Amino acid sequence: MSETIKVPTMAEYMAEGKQPEVLFWVGCAGSFDDRAKKITKAFVKLLNNAKVDFAVLGTEESCTGDPAKRAGNEFLFQMQAMGNIEVMNAYEVKKIVTACPHCFNTIKNEYPELGGNYEVMHHTQFLKSLLSEGRLKVEGGKFKGKRITFHDPCYLGRANGEYEAPRELLQKLEVELVEMKRCKTRGLCCGAGGAQMFKEPEPGNKDINIERTEEALETKPEIIAAGCPFCNTMLTDGVKGKDKEADVTVMDIAEMIANASDL
Amino acid sequence: MQYIPNILFLILLAAGIGYFTMNIRKVIRNIKLGTDFDASDRKGERWGNVVRIAMGQSKMVKRPISGLLHIIVYVGFIIINIEVLEIIIDGILGTHRIFAPLGAMYDVLIATFEILAFLVLVGVIVFWTRRNIQKIKRFWNPEMKGWPKNDANYILYFEMVLMVLFLTMNGADLQLQNLGSAHYTKAGMFPISGLLAPIFENFSEATLIFIERTAWWLHIIGILIFLNYLYFSKHLHIMLAFPNVYFGRVEPKGKFKNNEAVTNEVKLMMDPSADPYAAPAEGAEAPAKFGASDVMDLNQIQLLNAYTCTECGRCTSECPANITGKKLSPRKIMMDTRDRLEEVGKNIDTNGEFKPDGKQLLDDYITREELWACTSCNACVEACPVSIDPLSIIMEMRQYLVMEQSAAPNELNVTMTNIENNGAPWPFNQMDRLNWKNEV
Ligand code: SF4
Ligand code: SF4
Repeated sequence: MSETIKVPTMAEYMAEGKQPEVLFWVGCAGSFDDRAKKITKAFVKLLNNAKVDFAVLGTEESCTGDPAKRAGNEFLFQMQAMGNIEVMNAYEVKKIVTACPHCFNTIKNEYPELGGNYEVMHHTQFLKSLLSEGRLKVEGGKFKGKRITFHDPCYLGRANGEYEAPRELLQKLEVELVEMKRCKTRGLCCGAGGAQMFKEPEPGNKDINIERTEEALETKPEIIAAGCPFCNTMLTDGVKGKDKEADVTVMDIAEMIANASDL
Repeated sequence: MQYIPNILFLILLAAGIGYFTMNIRKVIRNIKLGTDFDASDRKGERWGNVVRIAMGQSKMVKRPISGLLHIIVYVGFIIINIEVLEIIIDGILGTHRIFAPLGAMYDVLIATFEILAFLVLVGVIVFWTRRNIQKIKRFWNPEMKGWPKNDANYILYFEMVLMVLFLTMNGADLQLQNLGSAHYTKAGMFPISGLLAPIFENFSEATLIFIERTAWWLHIIGILIFLNYLYFSKHLHIMLAFPNVYFGRVEPKGKFKNNEAVTNEVKLMMDPSADPYAAPAEGAEAPAKFGASDVMDLNQIQLLNAYTCTECGRCTSECPANITGKKLSPRKIMMDTRDRLEEVGKNIDTNGEFKPDGKQLLDDYITREELWACTSCNACVEACPVSIDPLSIIMEMRQYLVMEQSAAPNELNVTMTNIENNGAPWPFNQMDRLNWKNEV
């Protein structure tokens, strides 16, 4: 794990007069949250391993504005969006990959009208395409035969209709995929979306992440697979809340793939 | 004198249809109180949705039991309407079973109506049981108290009575046909009402005629009353579901509308060469307000959504906030919007135009606590069998709270300040954004 990772920036590419194949949009969680940073690094290892010519914006990246928009602050959202679009258009960005479904959704769906037109992929979609192009090899390894359930992120699944890419990757890891009762189109939210991540929930009789974690635990998984840094945090907290952290771990699919091949 | 029944019938028919038309025009007027929208795109996909979701009930069958029963009642309702056509023509012309010359075809039609009527009756009884005996949770949420609960049951009673009248009418008719009664030509096949024969066997011809006529009149009067009941009821969906699905969202569910008025202002702010004192460009006029606090701020599709809501609660039963005991219920958002819109409509009826009544959708109907509980997960939008989007109303009301009233929960204010200052929802420096690269 000590092997160094290569993370070039767009500015460096620009200085060399080159264009990367894809921009890796790291996102706020991926940049600052301790748990999510591990996902970021796992994904970078996969990119390095597959020899993908990518770059990040680094300090030129700023929040997409998703939490602001969903909290009702359309001004702040559009300020953020236009700032980011200005930066990306200056670099003539064409294709973007991100490990955060919220960034994915916002850039893909809400930036075009504001002047930002890019091909945007969620990291599970991107990894799937690397796989089918033969650039990345995924083998069962450690996860072969393990009982795993997958939690659909709302902003990847319902919001954008992508249910298969993450499942295909899990299939490649030869896991025993067990679905929760509410999955795919009916998948239950982890409780983080719509800016809920950043505030206390309204009064009720349960936290949403606990409800979802209980459902996940019903499938008796060894691992709960996630595809979103916020879901990851919510479910990790849920597993802790249920005193199950010794038996069940929450992992991003990118981490699982990197782990399987000991990257 | 012999034309009295015909005249009576015509008066009833005209009154029934007239009053209904008047109310539907009110619905249209109220919907037009909303802001304009553009749904001229993707026509093929929209029609496809009408065929699949509205006609084909593709979302209903996601819950197989209620879905199947609903299809029976819906198909029964539509097909039995062919019989209503015959009843209307008979009523106007004073004829009896005017379609009888269709012969074998008529037999098949009547037999089909009868079987469907029976199935509808069974379906409706099961529906009633599910609501009142089995007490399925989604029919017992707080917003279902009082009128909404009664409304649902009234509809079921109406349908039961109509089906029973229809079968009684046919049963008596069959008996009269067998007796060779003058006016009652031999026509039709009666697989269900034929079973009622033992009841009618010993009745005199006069009694049978009385039963048949009474059932016939009550049946058509019942239909006209039911038609007029729609306007006051969630049953309005039997008509509005079709346009509503057509206008339903075709974009990815995650794509929330960008507020254009904001776009213009932000562009102005970000453009260093813009003259802040310049007259606003044409069409770039700032709106009266950002976001929505009352029904007039919503768009016409959202208002059509409110009138279309069937109050089925499928949205609410999938809502993570509601499931975990929060006050938010997407169904209630739609019911409140309709109630407020009706209130505004009545205000216009009395005053000729809307006179401010010191009330609005926000706070008087929908509380802030409900609005802030939403995770924007789209489960409600996905679940709705008639393509209603409660989430868009929630988001526009949040916009009003934040941009007009600066009334976001405090933690969110902190989050937004962070985004504004640091480009992240947490208090980290943007210059540290790539530090992870060197951390082990
Ligand atoms: S989008 Fe909001 S209202 Fe709709 S189901 Fe999710 S949390 Fe509930
Ligand atoms: S919004 Fe749709 S799902 Fe919710 S109660 Fe109304 S019709 Fe049913």
